[in-house]
Amino acid sequence: MTLSVALTHTLPGLSLDVAFEAPAGVTSLFGRSGTGKTTVVNAVAGLLRPDSARIKLGSEVLVDTEAGLFVPAHKRAVGYVFQEGRLFPHLDVHANLLYGPRVKRQTIDPVAVNHVIEMLGIGGLLKRNPAALSGGEKQRVAIGRALLSDPSLLLLDEPLAALDEPRKAEILPYLERIRDEAGVPMLHVSHSAAEVARLATTVVVLDAGQVTRIGPAAEVLADPAVAPTGVRDVGAVIAAQVVRHHDDGLSELDAGGTALMLPRVAQAPGVHLRVRIAAHDVILSLAPPEGLSALNSLAGTVAEVRLGDGPGAIVSVDTPAGRLLARITRRSVARLGLAPGVACHAILKTVAIAPQDVGVETGILA
Amino acid sequence: MEWLGPEEWQAVRLSLRVALVATLVSLPFGVLVAHALARWEFPGRGLLNGIVHLPLILPPVVTGYLLLLTFGTQGPIGKPLAALGITFAFRWTGAVLAAALMAFPLMVRAIRLSIEAVDPKLEDAAATLGAGRLQVFTTVTLPLILPGIIAGAILAFAKAMGEFGATITFVSNIPGQTQTLPSAVYAFLQVPGGEPAAMRLVIISIVVAMAALLFSEVLARRVARRVGGA
Repeated sequence: MTLSVALTHTLPGLSLDVAFEAPAGVTSLFGRSGTGKTTVVNAVAGLLRPDSARIKLGSEVLVDTEAGLFVPAHKRAVGYVFQEGRLFPHLDVHANLLYGPRVKRQTIDPVAVNHVIEMLGIGGLLKRNPAALSGGEKQRVAIGRALLSDPSLLLLDEPLAALDEPRKAEILPYLERIRDEAGVPMLHVSHSAAEVARLATTVVVLDAGQVTRIGPAAEVLADPAVAPTGVRDVGAVIAAQVVRHHDDGLSELDAGGTALMLPRVAQAPGVHLRVRIAAHDVILSLAPPEGLSALNSLAGTVAEVRLGDGPGAIVSVDTPAGRLLARITRRSVARLGLAPGVACHAILKTVAIAPQDVGVETGILA
Repeated sequence: MEWLGPEEWQAVRLSLRVALVATLVSLPFGVLVAHALARWEFPGRGLLNGIVHLPLILPPVVTGYLLLLTFGTQGPIGKPLAALGITFAFRWTGAVLAAALMAFPLMVRAIRLSIEAVDPKLEDAAATLGAGRLQVFTTVTLPLILPGIIAGAILAFAKAMGEFGATITFVSNIPGQTQTLPSAVYAFLQVPGGEPAAMRLVIISIVVAMAALLFSEVLARRVARRVGGA
């Protein structure tokens, strides 16, 4: 099911003019705060009437302002996970989960309900009131509630933004499971590069109400020109497969034929992963490194050098594992004579890769 | 109850009945008007707000007189209704109408405040889950504003119990027919030796008012616990 969106809308201080197609998988609307991401999602949900728009989900036209067509929110097969959960405070978790089928007077399929409850790990919370849940638990229930309304499309508006780091790490695997198991396409809004790197199949970059870039996640994120949330967030995403776990707490991965050492990952050997490598964690060296503590060294050639306005530069390096980005100083670029075609080694500290940089992957990147 | 004379007892019973009927009949309208004022955008919203609040500001005698003009047997609304066999003037039903009208602004204010306290984002969330407007109201808004509705109803009941000016102007002070508790207190105070009876009714007024207040507190607290401190 493909979602196609074309809309213009004027908000105070922002004029939005956006057109994109979201294929199966997770499409991330990526950009800074205040660039109109939530407005787009609200228009898809039917919570906002855009000035002019044509929005189509599969074969169903949801909005066509020219034809005067606007399907009201409750008649759209669209689930919505809000940033702040929005659970109904007067209903317990179980009643919140079943709210969708109840108001639509659908028969409740206990197998489907149990599957969602199990997938999100909320079986122990069913009798609780939302006020008695932690932030992460609330968000899991909100995701389950949206899924059980039987949506053809799931909208996620900054689903992790209100959570602290441990809670984010708690939710992300569930979102990956939904992406890989539930088969519901998702339109996801985020200003976090790490979150987009972990979830997105397709990335739509928004800046000041305009789409500045659309493409497959690995491609868009590996493009140094794409840094909507600042240069600190630049990083590449590569595909890798777990080979084995070593006794000293490391996991060995295979990335395009090169061994990659990571802190122990939770997944079993054979599982495909996507690993986000932040540009500022990569060191470049002309000679193969010797006597260095860093465990990972990937031989490659420089593909592109982008000098920043400040002291920094972003160097794209093609390696067998995929394109990596390195954020180094302009002085280093000059000293090493880095230019397209120059052979070099990308060096990466094992411990620089945090657990939230590693996600499961179902062949979307490979 | 031997402590009360038959006439006093009659006034108490009539007042309870008038206040109860006035509250129950006006409650659905109160919720509707409160919802309209809190959430709907429509022309004439300010006018509706003004009309609803008018009985609060006008002298009750004026309201009673206006009721008499419109709902009296020769009035523009009273006359056709009388042809249908429905009369208000000088009947207990008229006392209900007067009490309901006088209590309406208080009821609407309490309910409106509670509706405005409900986060519209919750109603949006309900819509995305498939609930139409009416369903959003009955499954989300209504349960969340229940404490406000109870508070509004109790307030209206207490006001209706004590309504005097509009009632006596519209339906007079006929024992057994339209003599409510306040009218009876007034009547007893007009005759020599009526003070003990008036005092008994005053005590009953205080007891009923206190009981209503406590009842609303307990009920509101129980509902608030049920809705999880929303």
